[in-house]
Amino acid sequence: MSIRRVLITIAICIPLIALLAFGLTRDPNEIPSPLPGKAAPEFKLVAMDGSADTVNLASLRGKVVVLNFWASWCLQCRDEHADLSMAANLYRERGVEFYGVLYNDQAANGLRWIEEMGGQSYASLLDPGSRTAVDYGLYGVPETFIIDQEGRVIRKKIGPTTVSELASFIDPLLTAGPQQESTE
Amino acid sequence: MIRILGYSAVAAALALSLYGAVAAIWGVRARQAALIRSARAAAYVNAGLLLLANLLMVYALLTHDFSISYVAQVGSRATPVWVSVVSLWSSLEGSILFWGLVLALYTAAAMYFTRASLGALGAYANAVMLAVGAFFYLLMVGPANPFGAVFPVPADGPGPNPLLQNHYLMAVHPPLLYLGYVGMTVPFGFAMGALLSGRLDDTWLRVTRRWTVTAWMFLSLAIMAGMWWSYEVLGWGGYWAWDPVENASFMPWLTATAFLHSGMVQERRGMLRVWNLALIISTFLLTILGTFLTRSGVLSSVHAFGEGPIGMYFLVFMALLLVSSLALLAGRSTELKSTGNLDSMVSRESAFLLNNLLFTAFTFTVLLGTLYPLLAEALRGVKVSVGAPFFNKMTLPICAALLFLVGVGPMLPWRVASRDQLKRNLLAPTGALILALAVSLLTGVRSVYGLMAFAFAGFALVANLQEFAQGARARQRHTGTGFLPALLSLFRVNPRRFGGYTAHVGIIIAALGIAASSEFRLEREATMRPGDTIEVAEYKLPLDDIEGFNEPHRFVVAANYSIMDGERVTGSMNPRLNYYTGRGGEPVTTPSVRSRVRNDLYMTLLAFEQDGSSATVSVIVEPLVSWIWAGGLIVALGAILAMRPARARVAAGAARERATVEAA
Repeated sequence: MSIRRVLITIAICIPLIALLAFGLTRDPNEIPSPLPGKAAPEFKLVAMDGSADTVNLASLRGKVVVLNFWASWCLQCRDEHADLSMAANLYRERGVEFYGVLYNDQAANGLRWIEEMGGQSYASLLDPGSRTAVDYGLYGVPETFIIDQEGRVIRKKIGPTTVSELASFIDPLLTAGPQQESTE
Repeated sequence: MIRILGYSAVAAALALSLYGAVAAIWGVRARQAALIRSARAAAYVNAGLLLLANLLMVYALLTHDFSISYVAQVGSRATPVWVSVVSLWSSLEGSILFWGLVLALYTAAAMYFTRASLGALGAYANAVMLAVGAFFYLLMVGPANPFGAVFPVPADGPGPNPLLQNHYLMAVHPPLLYLGYVGMTVPFGFAMGALLSGRLDDTWLRVTRRWTVTAWMFLSLAIMAGMWWSYEVLGWGGYWAWDPVENASFMPWLTATAFLHSGMVQERRGMLRVWNLALIISTFLLTILGTFLTRSGVLSSVHAFGEGPIGMYFLVFMALLLVSSLALLAGRSTELKSTGNLDSMVSRESAFLLNNLLFTAFTFTVLLGTLYPLLAEALRGVKVSVGAPFFNKMTLPICAALLFLVGVGPMLPWRVASRDQLKRNLLAPTGALILALAVSLLTGVRSVYGLMAFAFAGFALVANLQEFAQGARARQRHTGTGFLPALLSLFRVNPRRFGGYTAHVGIIIAALGIAASSEFRLEREATMRPGDTIEVAEYKLPLDDIEGFNEPHRFVVAANYSIMDGERVTGSMNPRLNYYTGRGGEPVTTPSVRSRVRNDLYMTLLAFEQDGSSATVSVIVEPLVSWIWAGGLIVALGAILAMRPARARVAAGAARERATVEAA
């Protein structure tokens, strides 16, 4: 065995492995979103529960809004469901508005899913033709947008979120008011 | 129940693989034949366990058992039966389960066929293959468990990604790819076995030759089926886009093809011994790298977020493989001196050297282009994408040179070529080259690579056919039979050589298809009302109507066209948009393709008015596309022919022929 050759070979391998390791820290699907820091696209959507209530983003000015796109066929939406419902309960009295938007799905499927999951503590809205989803540059579900009191997108989260993650963005907005942008 | 049974089978396979790997090595070290035998038994039992786990999963998919996580993820009550079955490999966890099965079967078969002879080399090879298997079973026991529990149990699932259930090639391409990819584990295992056992002669090469050819054949077919699939499904009329997923399948094919050629140099001349080991190790590493880069997830869903820790597992596995295999090779390299020398620059072996140089450059180019976005982000922090123009610019010269070599290689003898031999062999192919060049110029080919492609294809085709003709004439003289029997007997006398030339012919035909379809492609786009007619090339296409209808698992919008030849209707085209239930609103374009030897008519429905008043379609006419698929099949045929055992039969065959000649 030639030890020197072995060492040289290992030394050559290291940069490649390092490069691939770096690749792991990157999400190739994460396309930088231009939204954070910009005004959130307006929408006026009908509630999913058939009550004919509509929700208009403009009328929510002055409040922090959490907008979560989901679907009954989305497995990762199951993972974040309990966290979202809990966060909505926690922040309700502090004036934070949570809304779900059903993405590429039927209202009946959505309602059945909510029943199956033991309820949703906030209202979900229908987005026929995915127009709002397109406005928000949705890549898939789940995606969550946090909108500040002045109607600006503060953060876009791709993939399932958690209570603590939501709190880390909502709390500063509630204590210090509208803030500088943040992207991940 | 199925869940627990499936999971247990995989867990047992993991335990057995680890045991077998250790037992095989220990058995060699301690000279305990019983341990080595038990390790081989572990390989056999594993194949049974993985077969069981896969059958359980298929059963769960067919019975819509949504309590199993994988079924909840890709199953749906609305999908047809064949889609349910092939959902087995439509997403990450299932594809790893299937990978595990293919690997276990390959390992068991390779161990069975080499059970008598190989001693320590075989035992080490078994240990390596079992260790590779252990990694995949570990994935399934841990982060990519297909048999996870879902609670509450959903009533229905989304079905697989619509793109993947839109075409029957979904049932064909992935298994072929796995058979090719995973098959490369066998030569890798035996190469490592040679390095570990110190038995560095040609044994590993000879033992694995047919395994390598088998895996290579499947990989070739898989790449072709993948091209076909994207051609039939994606709606842009192309078949290759230098996407990372495509590159991932192409790179090991390049190195394996190089190996098939350079392996002969080692067998014949005792040269390139380190190089051959390096090639087969690279081929295997590239299959793992490809899997890592695409993580199967890119294909799996609208959303490939958070594949979880599986990437990390792959990285560690790959780092271990890379370092251990290359370090082992480097450590042994002093013991791997060539026993032969290059006698002449104009010889078969020097053509193979050039071939290997080109294939290696090709692989590096594709690897660089594939990894470059990562490199740019790591070093400069910018997101870039490397597209087809880079790959085309860098690889077309290599492709042209390789196509030329396909013609040159066969006409050169081993060791050294005499001037006369060369002159005689070059005459017809050179004539073909000039003729092909003239015809292409007359038919309007102007691009340099187009001209080179047609000229070199003509050259190489005649050069290879000339080999068949010369071989057959020699047999005729020898045996006194007719030309056709003599031609067919070539595959019996020297299956490897003439199987190889058959594969060459396939490659040349595919190259012609690729060159012609990119050079002479015609495309038109139009928004039309029913009754309107569009004309492209020789085709006259009136739009009859636009209809929408329900199928159990999808809603279909189709634009129905007739194909007119003068006043006569010769066929119909029905480009569609399919809307799959459960997967939301995005339509899946379903092109309508009519293939003829001369050209393909390819139509895609781009948009339509809800009231059926108009449709926007794209019409593409591409010459010789079907030649690519035909070429691919001929390549596979060549590989199958080349797999027949050679030497022993040659002697027996010759004796038999002598006997018949004497009897007559």
